[in-house]
Amino acid sequence: MNENLEAVAEQAPPAEHIHRDDIGSKMGMWLFLLTEVLLFGGLFLMYAGYRFLYPDDFKAAALELNTMVGTINTFILLTSSLSIAMSIVALRREQKKLCIYLLVFTLLCGLIFLINKYYEWGTKIEHGIYPKGPAMEDLANGQVVYFGLYYVMTGLHALHVIAGMTFIIFVLVFIVRNKVTSTNYMKLENSGLYWHLVDIIWIFLYPLFYLIH
Amino acid sequence: MADNNTQEHTAGYGLYIMVWFGLIGLTLITASVAGINLGSITLVVALMIAATKALLVGNYFMHLKFESRVFKIFISVCIVTFLIMLILTFSDLSFR
Repeated sequence: MNENLEAVAEQAPPAEHIHRDDIGSKMGMWLFLLTEVLLFGGLFLMYAGYRFLYPDDFKAAALELNTMVGTINTFILLTSSLSIAMSIVALRREQKKLCIYLLVFTLLCGLIFLINKYYEWGTKIEHGIYPKGPAMEDLANGQVVYFGLYYVMTGLHALHVIAGMTFIIFVLVFIVRNKVTSTNYMKLENSGLYWHLVDIIWIFLYPLFYLIH
Repeated sequence: MADNNTQEHTAGYGLYIMVWFGLIGLTLITASVAGINLGSITLVVALMIAATKALLVGNYFMHLKFESRVFKIFISVCIVTFLIMLILTFSDLSFR
């Protein structure tokens, strides 16, 4: 059986026998993204349940968060989503240089986002707000839960930002080496999809953690 | 073989930039509305705006709008599953 297939492969010109399935590749990526949605969905569910139980504690605890930092980080992620979406258009239009600049810009946005996050967490830790931290003893139950969810959800999200950036770096190298091109750009497409999902998760995290008044 | 490697979705820079302006505008609205006390609908308003933003990102940046129906069915199943879990959780919490 296998020998037959190989014999057929030898006769045909090689270009036609490179197996490629763009829709299948995209579909696989989407299936993975949906598992991510449910992963974060479980956490959002937990958030909803506890916010329902402790509405006032959540409000009090949210005052500790800097709305400005959250808003700036939202702008940064939205802009990075724009730049990676545009990088795909650029690659398809054979504007390789522009595509590379846009991807580097996307990476920079991700990096600035993480730096903001670092300082944001740092301030909270300085204030003694971290699991088993000194400030936690004076807090009501609901506030402790709020900060627990804050660390887990923004932390998991930050991990996804790092994963997305790693993905983009790999794709960037492929583009530089002409392995990802204007006619074969599914890797870039899928890294874009992943990055947009990370953006969408932040779109929901932002009002739920930063905009409670 | 070429069937599965379609190069459709025709969105260009202009459309993406328009969508970005929309997203930034909605963020500004949701941030400023949060300062006003709308009472019990504050959370609903914030979530509606977030859902609108997610729809914009999904439909245009992730070009779901131009995707075949299979993708839309996938995503609907996922969202409905999540909503069922949400409803079940709250039906438990509310009637304890």
